[in-house]
Amino acid sequence: MADPYDKLIFELSSPGRVAWSLPEADVPEADTKKLLPAKFLRNDAPDLPEVSEFDVVRHYSRLSRMNYGVDTHFYPLGSCTMKYNPKLHEDMARLAGFAKVHPLSPEASAQGALQLMHELARDLAEIAGMDAVSLQPAAGAQGELAGVLMIRAYHQSRGEKRTKVLVPDSAHGTNPASTAIAGYEVVEVKSLPNGEVDVDALARTLDTDVAAFMITVPNTLGMFEPRIVEVTELCHAKGVQIYMDGANLNAILGITRPGDLGFDVCHFNLHKTFTTPHGGGGPGAGPVGVKAHLEPFLPVPVVTKDGDEYALDWKRPRSIGKLQAFWGNFGMLVRAYTYIRTMGPDGLRAVSDNAILNANYIMKRLEADYDVAVPGPCMHECVLSARRQKKLGVTATDIAKRLLDLGFYAPSTYFPLIVEEALMIEPTETEAKETLDAFCDAMIQIAREAETNAAPIHEAPVTTAVRRLDQTKAAREPNLKWTRRS
Amino acid sequence: MPSRYIANTPDEQKRMLGTIGAGSIEDLLVKIPPKARLPRPLGLTPALAETDLIRHMTALAGKNANAESHVSFLGGGSYDHYIPSPINHMILRGEFFTAYTPYQPEASQGTLRTIYEYQTMIAELTGMDVANASIYDGASSLAEAALMAHSVTDRREIVLSRAVHPLYKRVTATYCEGPGLRLRDVAAPEGVTDLAAASQLVNAKTAALVVQTPNFYGCLEDVAAAAEIAHAAGALLIVVADPVNLGVLEGPGKLGADIVVGEGQGLGVPVGFGGPNLGVFAAKNELVRRMPGRLVGATVDRDGKRGFVLTLQTREQHIRRAKATSNICTNVALCALMATIYLATLGRRGLVQVGELSTAKAHYAAERLTKVPGVSLRFAAPFFKEFALKLPKAPDRVIPRLAKQGFLAGVLLKTFDRALADSLLVAVTEKRTKAEIDAFAAALEKAVA
Repeated sequence: MADPYDKLIFELSSPGRVAWSLPEADVPEADTKKLLPAKFLRNDAPDLPEVSEFDVVRHYSRLSRMNYGVDTHFYPLGSCTMKYNPKLHEDMARLAGFAKVHPLSPEASAQGALQLMHELARDLAEIAGMDAVSLQPAAGAQGELAGVLMIRAYHQSRGEKRTKVLVPDSAHGTNPASTAIAGYEVVEVKSLPNGEVDVDALARTLDTDVAAFMITVPNTLGMFEPRIVEVTELCHAKGVQIYMDGANLNAILGITRPGDLGFDVCHFNLHKTFTTPHGGGGPGAGPVGVKAHLEPFLPVPVVTKDGDEYALDWKRPRSIGKLQAFWGNFGMLVRAYTYIRTMGPDGLRAVSDNAILNANYIMKRLEADYDVAVPGPCMHECVLSARRQKKLGVTATDIAKRLLDLGFYAPSTYFPLIVEEALMIEPTETEAKETLDAFCDAMIQIAREAETNAAPIHEAPVTTAVRRLDQTKAAREPNLKWTRRS
Repeated sequence: MPSRYIANTPDEQKRMLGTIGAGSIEDLLVKIPPKARLPRPLGLTPALAETDLIRHMTALAGKNANAESHVSFLGGGSYDHYIPSPINHMILRGEFFTAYTPYQPEASQGTLRTIYEYQTMIAELTGMDVANASIYDGASSLAEAALMAHSVTDRREIVLSRAVHPLYKRVTATYCEGPGLRLRDVAAPEGVTDLAAASQLVNAKTAALVVQTPNFYGCLEDVAAAAEIAHAAGALLIVVADPVNLGVLEGPGKLGADIVVGEGQGLGVPVGFGGPNLGVFAAKNELVRRMPGRLVGATVDRDGKRGFVLTLQTREQHIRRAKATSNICTNVALCALMATIYLATLGRRGLVQVGELSTAKAHYAAERLTKVPGVSLRFAAPFFKEFALKLPKAPDRVIPRLAKQGFLAGVLLKTFDRALADSLLVAVTEKRTKAEIDAFAAALEKAVA
């Protein structure tokens, strides 16, 4: 039964209530009006809520219950790697010696933090078969931007003016967006119907105008590119750099490495493969790894080690510059580091093995009731199409909404764009067989309902805090903040 | 050894493989060409048990001076402010903490409602019409604002005050590399932007003028005058502001800013060695369709009940791809939630109190520290909670001495500007006590003697 709670914090406000505790001023002059010229000051206090501490706690506790999280629900969201986020990581990230360290502390006073960064960069480089890693990018998209800018700087350093970057039609939206911001013309390359790179078409497209080819491995249909080594060799023969979107790294830990496949750059989504929590949309972290020829272009500063001393190296004249003010989303780095140390090499390999096993198990159990986009075996995720259900009037969206009522978050829908009515399912290694079975049972139940009685599907969801929402109204009459009248 | 983060037992694996019709997991990897396989285990440290790992992590953390082990006067874009206890408890609720971006709104109303509250609070503080759901940090927010100004005006120059945080400028330069925008500097010799020089530089080629208030040196800028200069040339005014100060300081939107960006870390987010932070981004209504990042809007559900969704998504990368207003996808939603709970907790009067206490203590500290022989304020302009202090001895020699006595003395300005090699940037928040400031002054006196 849906919780009928429908408050915003502003609607709980009662003038005079407080939830804070601050000391009285202990210095002689505390009157701001005497300390600062009036022209800089507000006339009235900001219109923020006045509530008690318990009001705050109950309000946000109740709001939280309107969410599905990994802790409470299976989250088969393809391409997002919604795995369990270990609780130990939260304890480690909150140690005062990590959480309360200032970024501009003297380096000598932050040796432990710098050591952690240095070791994490080294470990990520080993995992991806890269020569150097920058931990600075704040998320995957920023890692992409950094990677493409390094490629651009590399070509420029060789006096080459290449203007285009190739991106498959199956790519994540950030790939073309990041590439465009980096100043390149984006050329979309058609994939084969099975989602693989059309190697012959690629060979015809590659020329001296092409700076880079950017692809996801395994691809967004959950398949490993069987001709990937051929692809990277083909690119290099034309002086084209090759970038791997590391969103799907959870499939290949200890099995194969982007660097060994011939990639020049790849980014890591620490909030996917390396368990940092998604937090409702971030913060993440998107470190970027490169081969040696791109190392001079890494963002500044780079963490270096000299003997037993760690330092931030700013003297890198060919660097692309900076991506965020400080050194990276350090709190996320602490979590990822803790994870890698917990798992070790064998544990990480087991992660990918079990992620692959779980995805293939789901694919097998659902193949009779849904169309499979590409025959298996798949890697860590599988893509189904609801085209059969659509003929009965049931879309991928409808299936997603019905799953919410049956106690599951939804798979990614309508992505990749090249699959009609796509349902992209990624179970991750942290889910148990009985959860996968319950999910498959629900999917099969929905397929049956589509054939016999689709009403519960079209009504869905009815158990959530709200039912289907009017997106058109939201976009046509934007209401982006609360006002007293609304 | 089995992993506690993987559920499948060997027996369950076997049964699942049986269903799949495969003999082993290896059989599922047939599409990977043998020559592409890694022929050895990864060269990583072997797995550590929880107790051993905690020991290792605690030792690493123990090497870092922090706001508990030291009295901190460090600022420069990251501040040791009061963090009310409920914030941490609330964000750790798994329904917030482990949720994805709210793409299925019916199962994400908790996150969507908190973002809507956040947008409302940020718009109120900055004095702007609309705020987005967050950018990574203050610096990347500024970079996004510069790109947005270019796209709105179709002009190619960004004029930045030299009193804008130098690392923000560095990030902006990186983002402007692709579209080839030109960055131009306005001097700030007396610690505030030379507005006469700015008016010389701002012209028909200028997409935006950028000022920060309080600026990198802690001094307050004349935003209204900067707005006049920008608008007279048809350019936008971008103001970098720290929202934790805006309980006391006027919202830049009320003074003429077109876009307000800033670092929201002070709103309940730990300093955390510089990240994650909270990129604040707010703008005027007429610019909303050019804004980067996610926006949450109110709407109704099928039964007419109030509900919230991600809206105006045709600006975003997953819809518009190469033509998106930004490449941002993952933002810092959880930090925005921390800020929301912070602002709900501090509320109307608490945020004013934070600003007033910081101002009072910073001014007391400035007065007290300048009584130390040879020490003076580097700039005469009015400042808020941070100020540059000129020392009679090289700051890079003074800082380590004070660290040994338990004080993180301030930011070494030499790193950012050679001309300020004699100066230290000192930040004082509401958390510092008079006793700490007095002890710091005494220690400084010995260190510079």
